[in-house]
Order: sequence, then structure tokens, then C-alpha cells
Amino acid sequence: MLNLMTIAKIPIADWMDHFVDWLTQFTGFFNGLTSFIGGIINGFQWVFDLIPIWLFIIIVAGITYLANRDTKKWGLIIFEVLGLLLIWNLDFWRDMTQTLTLVLTSSLISLIIGVPLGIWMAKSDIAQAIFKPILDFMQTMPAFVYLIPAVAFFGIGMVPGVFASVIFAMPPTVRMTNLGIRQVPTELIEAADSYGSTEWQKLIKVQLPLAKSTLMAGINQSMMLALSMVVIASMIGAMGLGTRVYFAVGRNDAGGGFAAGLAIVILAIIIDRLTQALNRQRKH
Amino acid sequence: MTVKLQVKNLTKIFGKRVVRAKELLKQGKSKAEILKETGATIGVDRANFEVESGEIFVIMGLSGSGKSTLVRMINRLIEPTDGSVLIDGEDLMQIDKKALRDVRRKKMSMVFQNFGLFPNRTILDNTAYGLEIQGIDKVTRNQKANEALDLVGLNGYGDQYPTQLSGGMQQRVGLARALANDAEILLMDEAFSALDPLNRSDMQDQLLDLQETMHKTIIFISHDLNEALKIGDHIMIMKDGEIVQTGTPEDILTHPADEYVEKFIENVDRSKVYTAGNVMIRPTTVNIEKDGPRLALKRMRENEVSTVYVVNNKRELVGIIDARDVLELVRQESRDLQSVVNEDVPTTTEETPIADILDDISQTGIPFAVLNDKQQLRGIIIRGAVLGALAGNEVNHFA
Ligand SMILES: Nc1ncnc2c1ncn2[C@@H]1O[C@H](COP(=O)(O)OP(=O)(O)O)[C@@H](O)[C@H]1O
Ligand SMILES: [Mg+2]
Repeated sequence: MLNLMTIAKIPIADWMDHFVDWLTQFTGFFNGLTSFIGGIINGFQWVFDLIPIWLFIIIVAGITYLANRDTKKWGLIIFEVLGLLLIWNLDFWRDMTQTLTLVLTSSLISLIIGVPLGIWMAKSDIAQAIFKPILDFMQTMPAFVYLIPAVAFFGIGMVPGVFASVIFAMPPTVRMTNLGIRQVPTELIEAADSYGSTEWQKLIKVQLPLAKSTLMAGINQSMMLALSMVVIASMIGAMGLGTRVYFAVGRNDAGGGFAAGLAIVILAIIIDRLTQALNRQRKH
Repeated sequence: MTVKLQVKNLTKIFGKRVVRAKELLKQGKSKAEILKETGATIGVDRANFEVESGEIFVIMGLSGSGKSTLVRMINRLIEPTDGSVLIDGEDLMQIDKKALRDVRRKKMSMVFQNFGLFPNRTILDNTAYGLEIQGIDKVTRNQKANEALDLVGLNGYGDQYPTQLSGGMQQRVGLARALANDAEILLMDEAFSALDPLNRSDMQDQLLDLQETMHKTIIFISHDLNEALKIGDHIMIMKDGEIVQTGTPEDILTHPADEYVEKFIENVDRSKVYTAGNVMIRPTTVNIEKDGPRLALKRMRENEVSTVYVVNNKRELVGIIDARDVLELVRQESRDLQSVVNEDVPTTTEETPIADILDDISQTGIPFAVLNDKQQLRGIIIRGAVLGALAGNEVNHFA
């Protein structure tokens, strides 16, 4: 039998290295990107630092109440209030807002890139055939791997953390946008066309509104994936609850690690339920 | 009558090997053979027809015969493989995207089988959709949409959402949306097929009512011949993408082109199709102003009937007289026919569907006199002739 290791190793790693090296020449571009992403991050963080903790808790409870007006989820509201109070009590508040900033920034960028990409895929079978495998690849590649180019392009800190999170978290938004638009019944597309809609009118007045709930489900998934990246992102200096977990692992501090992990879980549940409730609200 | 829409050689082939399929089509190969040889499906095979301005033109055929494909080529929702569509003489295949959009906005509106309403929009916003995308301001378009909703009897439903309405009401919205645009041509693809029979019949009546005042040019797709006969001015029958026969409802019923069409008309409810004019027979008459009892008696004997119809010089109906009464007059040597005329005769008009008088005729057995609008006697309807027509016997035809 042929031993494949006796032949020369295919230099995939070298190729990728060269590619990343080549990309790093575009420092101007990456510096611009860094200040753009950094700007969003600072914006969110500034708002969260400005809002007093008690007010933040009231706002979250208020949004939950308004979004669930017909179902009146008191249990969820009590959970949110107690959970946030616990995070405050454990002295994780600033970490929590940093993590939230990371998640929101990543989700926002996923949205800005992912929705147009999803629309493109829905409108063009060729685009769909090209992007589908790339999306699969992005999502199944172990997330750690993204840290390396992230550091090469953006150094250490929140920005590379966001970069890695976006790559990992964006696919569901793209996929669900594509799916949502393609799911619009043919007859409604025909109706829009037969009355003389332009492509843009069809998109804005028919396809996107009807894809909205599927699209929101995609955004929800993207946010959850972004949240799942926080510990990994902390390894390259993205501050937040992930850093607490990461340090606890380093110090073999099971208790501290669990407490920070619990805070992440609480945050995850709040984000998940809130986006789901907002989605339900919009449906008719 | 002017021709509104002209379809020439219109062909649609679905699939990859279109060129080869087209060749085979020219060689006269059947849809099944071409599918087997090339994998291409013949949607519509070289359709030629004309639609007159203001008529309801019904396209009929079994499922898969190419009706939907054909109607979608008329507004180019489906791009034809070959052929042309002329609207008011302008070839739709030659115009660019923007001009096509204008044609769709101004000249043709479509009504869909499953209504095609946007679930995220209110009834009013659905109805105003066509106007909205033309950039017409909100006040104007809502006013027009409300007028259209009034026309279809949905006044006051504007704020509801499509799912809150029954199927019949939803299709009224579909119709209102088409009417709001004020297009001259309506394309209706099995617009009533998803409705239950009662609703369907109501919608047909409503469409006919509206058509009396609107005079739209309507291309109506149906797979129900009763529907086609009821609303169609012309009917075109399709099979496997080909046009089998085009004609008036009467042509189709009385001269079916082939077995396929015959199969279709086998199950027709003829009572809705035939009018009194179709089944009336020539009456035996006497002129009250010049004929006497002896002539009346002679005519009855010759025609072996026991009653004659009495008319005046203008051929207006006066009444009927019975053989016994005439016999009595003759015996009394009286010439006064007038004294025995029975003026209590059931009457109807030539255009009345026989469904409307069927019950009376079959129950009483008394013949109906058929009058035109000048009250002149045109014929009479006897039970036997009606039943014969319903059983498929030849009927009267007028040009
Ligand atoms: N998009 C399509 N791709 C391939 N074949 C099609 C397509 N649309 C219709 N057909 C075929 O064309 C023929 C006519 O279909 P259609 O016009 O929908 O018939 P109808 O409306 O009379 O039921 C059928 O054989 C159908 O399978
Ligand atoms: Mg069809």
C-alpha cells in the first residue's frame, strides 16, 4: 500500500501563510477597518457605561414587558431582574457590558454584511451555489483558527475578537435571509411582478417583510454564536466575561469560572428571549 | 369590434434542449415524444388567437394543458421561447424592461388562483398596491382602492388583513386590486377555482355584472366548462399545449372539434347554456284580425295540435284558443274568435336560460310563448323540445 506520508506534504499551511502575509500589506485598509469596528465598540460601551445599573435593569424588564404584552411573561421578567442583580452582585457588571458590546457589535456587522449577501444569494442561483459551501466552511472550521489571522490583521483587543466572532457568527444571518426570501410563495412574487414592481420595490415591499421572521431567527442564531465566541475571543484580548472564565481556567479556579460562566448563561437567555419576543411582535 | 390582443405563434418550451425540441415540434412530434427525446417540456405549442376588446375570452383545458403558461406569457411573467403578443397592435416582445413594467402597471392586471394577497398588508394596502408602486400619493390611491372595494362589495373591510377574510372575500380583494389599477385587460388564472361552488357562482355573477359597465377585455382561465359557458364570449380549448378549438360557447357545444372537446361537453349542465331561443319551436298561429274559426280548425288538424296561438297584424301575441272552443264556434256559425281567446299565457324572452323556466314547464306542461322585446311571438317552448335539448339533441342556432 502506498504510504501517503512518503510523498511530499502538500503545503496548505504555507499557502495560507503566504495569503495572510500578502493580506497584511493592506495596512491602510485594516487600520480603517479597525477604527470603524473600534468606533462601534466604543459607542456601545459608552452607552452602557453611561446608563446606571438600576436603569439598565428596568429598561430590559420594560422591553420584555412591552414585547410580550399579550402573553405577559412575568416569570421571564423576574428571571431577568434577578439574573442581572446577581451579575451586579458578583461584580461582573462591567464584564457583562463588555461581552454584550462584543456580541452586539459582531451581530450588527453580521447584519450589515449578512443581509445583503443573503439577498444576493436569494436573487441569484449562481451566487447561492458559490456562497453556500463557503458559509458551511466558515461555520464548521474550529473557531480558534480565526484568531490567528484576526491577530495578524488587527493585533490584540476587542477588534480582532469582533472580527473572529463575525466570521463565525454571520452564516446563520446570511442563510436565513436567503431562505426567508426564497420561501415567499411564487404567487406573491408573481403578483408583485405582474403589477409592475421594480426589483427594489419587490424586495422592500414584499420579499423582506415576508422573510422578516425567518431573518430574525437567523439574527437570533448569529447572536447566540457570537456569544459562544466570547471565551475564545478573550484569548486574544477581547475583554469581558470570557476573560474571567479564561483567567479562572489559568488559575484552576473552578468556583470563579463557574460564576462567570453562569453570568454568560444569564446573558444568553436574556438576549435569546428578547430577540424571539421582538420577532413574534412583528409577525401578523 | 376591435381586436385588443393578438397572439401569434406563441410557444414555450421548458428545459434545456430548447432548440432541438423546437425542431421536433416543427416536424410534428407530440409533447410526449419530445419529452422522451430531449427532456424538454412543451408548455405551449404555437398558439394563435385574437381577443376582442371588451369580451371575456375563456381558455379551457385539463390540468397541465398549458393555460397558466399561456396567460403568463401574455404579461411576460414567463418569457416566451418564440412568437409574439400584440396589445393594440404593439408587440410586447420587442419592448425593454422599463416599457414592460409600464405595460404591466397601466394595461394589464392579474388575478390569481390562490388570490396572491400580501399577508403583511391590510386589505386597503393590498388593493392599492398597483397604484402605490406607480408612486401615486396616498390620498389618491386610497380613494381609488376604496372605490374598487366598494365595487366588489367589500366596503368597510379596508383595515382587516387577508387571513381574516373568507376565500370568497379574499378573491374579491384580488379582483378589487386589479380594478383599482384601471387596466383595460384583466388576466384571471383560475381565479374562481379555489372557491366552493356557491361562492364561485356568486363571483361569476358579480364579474358579469361588473363587466356590463366596465367592458374590460378579460382573459379568463378555467378548467370548468360550465363556468366557461356561463361567462365566456369566446372559449378556447387547449390540450397538451395545443389549441384544439376556439369558438363561441354555442360553437363548442354544437360542433365539438374532436373527442377531447366532446368529453368536455358531456358533463355540461345544458340548462344553463341554452336559452329559450335555442329550444323554441314554430307555433301554429292565427291572425285575429283576418282569420276565422274555420281556418283555425284547419290549421289545428294539419299540425295535429289542440291549441293555436293568436296574434294580431303586427304579430303581437293576443292569446291562445282551444280546439273545443273553436269547434263550438263553428257549430254556432259564429266568427267571433275573440270571445274564446284565453289571454292567460305564460311568456318568456329568447335570451332567458331554460334553467329559469324548466321547473314551470316540466310541472305544468303548459307551453311558454317566446316573445321578443316588441311583444311579437317568436316561438313556443314545449316540454318535449326542452328535454330533447337537455339530452343533447340539436337545437336552434342564430348567427
Ligand atoms: N417552470 C416550469 N418548468 C418546467 N415545466 C413546466 C413549468 N411550468 C409548467 N411546466 C409544464 O408545462 C405544462 C403546462 O403547465 P401549465 O401551464 O401550468 O398548465 P395548466 O395551467 O393548464 O395546468 C405542464 O406539462 C407543466 O408540467
Ligand atoms: Mg394552471
